Amino acid sequence: MTSVAVPLRSRRGTLAAAVAFARRHVLTVYSLLFFAYLMLPIGVVIAFSFNDPKGRFNYTWQGFTWKNWEQWNAIPDLQSAIQLSLLIALIASIVATLLGTLVALALVRYGFRGRAATNLLVFLPLSTPEIVLGASLLTLFLNLTSVLPIGFWTILIAHIMFCISFAVVTVKARLIGFDRHLEEAAMDLGANELTTFTKVTLPLIAPAILAALLLCFAISIDDFVVTYFNAGNRVTFPIFVWGAARVATPPQINVIGTAIFVVAVTLMLANVVFQNRRAKHA
Amino acid sequence: MRVFHRKRWLTPYLLLAPGMLWLALFFLVPLGFLFYQSLESGNIDFGYAFTWAWGNYSSAIRSYRGQFERSFEYAGIATVVAFLVSYPVAYWIAFRGGRWKNLLLLFIVAPFFVTYLIRTLAWETILSDNGFVVRILHDIGVLSPGGRLLATGTAVVAGITYNFLPFMALPLYVSLEQIDQRLIEAAEDLYASRWAAFIRVTFPLSLPGVVAGTLLTFIPAAGDFINAELLGSPTNHMIGNVIESKYKELLDYPAAASMSFILMAIILAMILLYARAVGTEQLTG
Repeated sequence: MTSVAVPLRSRRGTLAAAVAFARRHVLTVYSLLFFAYLMLPIGVVIAFSFNDPKGRFNYTWQGFTWKNWEQWNAIPDLQSAIQLSLLIALIASIVATLLGTLVALALVRYGFRGRAATNLLVFLPLSTPEIVLGASLLTLFLNLTSVLPIGFWTILIAHIMFCISFAVVTVKARLIGFDRHLEEAAMDLGANELTTFTKVTLPLIAPAILAALLLCFAISIDDFVVTYFNAGNRVTFPIFVWGAARVATPPQINVIGTAIFVVAVTLMLANVVFQNRRAKHA
Repeated sequence: MRVFHRKRWLTPYLLLAPGMLWLALFFLVPLGFLFYQSLESGNIDFGYAFTWAWGNYSSAIRSYRGQFERSFEYAGIATVVAFLVSYPVAYWIAFRGGRWKNLLLLFIVAPFFVTYLIRTLAWETILSDNGFVVRILHDIGVLSPGGRLLATGTAVVAGITYNFLPFMALPLYVSLEQIDQRLIEAAEDLYASRWAAFIRVTFPLSLPGVVAGTLLTFIPAAGDFINAELLGSPTNHMIGNVIESKYKELLDYPAAASMSFILMAIILAMILLYARAVGTEQLTG
């Protein structure tokens, strides 16, 4: 970004300079406004986690308090909902990333019959509205209740299903830009296929696998629609929020929302800093 | 390169098998079940039976035509607004971001990390009748006295636009970032004005991102019911709200199933039209 020297002769001059700056940097000014808009609801969520609401709803500002943070798990069922969400997201992201990475490897590395069909099957879940995914899975599960009761396992199956496509797309993007000569070199130097994979291929696509893992985790922990259809009487965090929105919204919901936000953004910031450093050293 | 396995042709299928099996079992098979159910008739007390009840489809369209049309209208407006709002920012990050690019992208994704429902509830607070937005709009006369934002179509469209904005902004950024700067310089060397260079060179080269962003925004938006439920009133209900209540509250499975299929069919038809216009490779990557 270029900065413009602002002449500080008079207040009028400053104003004129500010206007001139804005005109020369329309795009920059617009983008900053855009980011302010993007962050506005997040600011509200964070601010209202410190609110001290008098009634059942947390919609108007009443006064500042630390209480909600100190007693974050004072609301019945909130803690178990978060634990369930975390557990599902953890298992679903690991399984989906594993399955998705294998599919991506096959798609990029091998020519085989049925490539187009495979691509289509990966693409279709991404282009199906969530409500259709959720409703159709429920229809299947309603027919299987004798062997598979609707609850933890049905949520998990559903989450793995909609995460796979995201994992395939993420890993595939990285594999396409991958220099195959490195693998050939390893094999020329006597490494067998397995060694080549673990010592050369895997470390090189590790960032993509990590990205897929994080993406799947984020999608899973945030999912409401598909889960809502297939959760039976189990309550994940988004389902808890949905129920609360109709009867009472405790500020603890904002506390959890803020906590997840802060953890996720810190992790991503660390990643950005780390990559910038690596880029500088490279 | 040496050949390591005699049955090398099997390898890709072994790699594909677990993932594809999962998608077949828990995506394709359920769609089959949903289709079967959409042709059932009966009621929840006496059970449903398969009767080739194609009438479910025609009665779904007849009874809920308004909700179908509203879904595509809201999703369409939200997609166009999201495109207009985020293109300049994607452009700014791609061409002026410099070493801050990754950080700025982080800011675009950051709202994603507050749970969807909580984000929408925050908009409910912001747009509420005693919130500052409504007060300002009253003061400058945009909103008539007593006029409100919450429980209107505007609020629903605004909510949808906000919630799916990153789906638009990120693909736009990716396609703009990949543009070879020298092509734009060449256009300017050949005496194209900055605007002409943008219209004739930059924008056409960013079309893959426009296509991806449009689809990624429009598809989830058309099936959404959360924004209409939390920010709108029953007069703003979309087809997602109808499917949700038929499925979860009224237990009218055949009606819900036929509506899901109609929704999916319309969306797929739109994607195919789009694919014919831009080429399938760009869609499936």
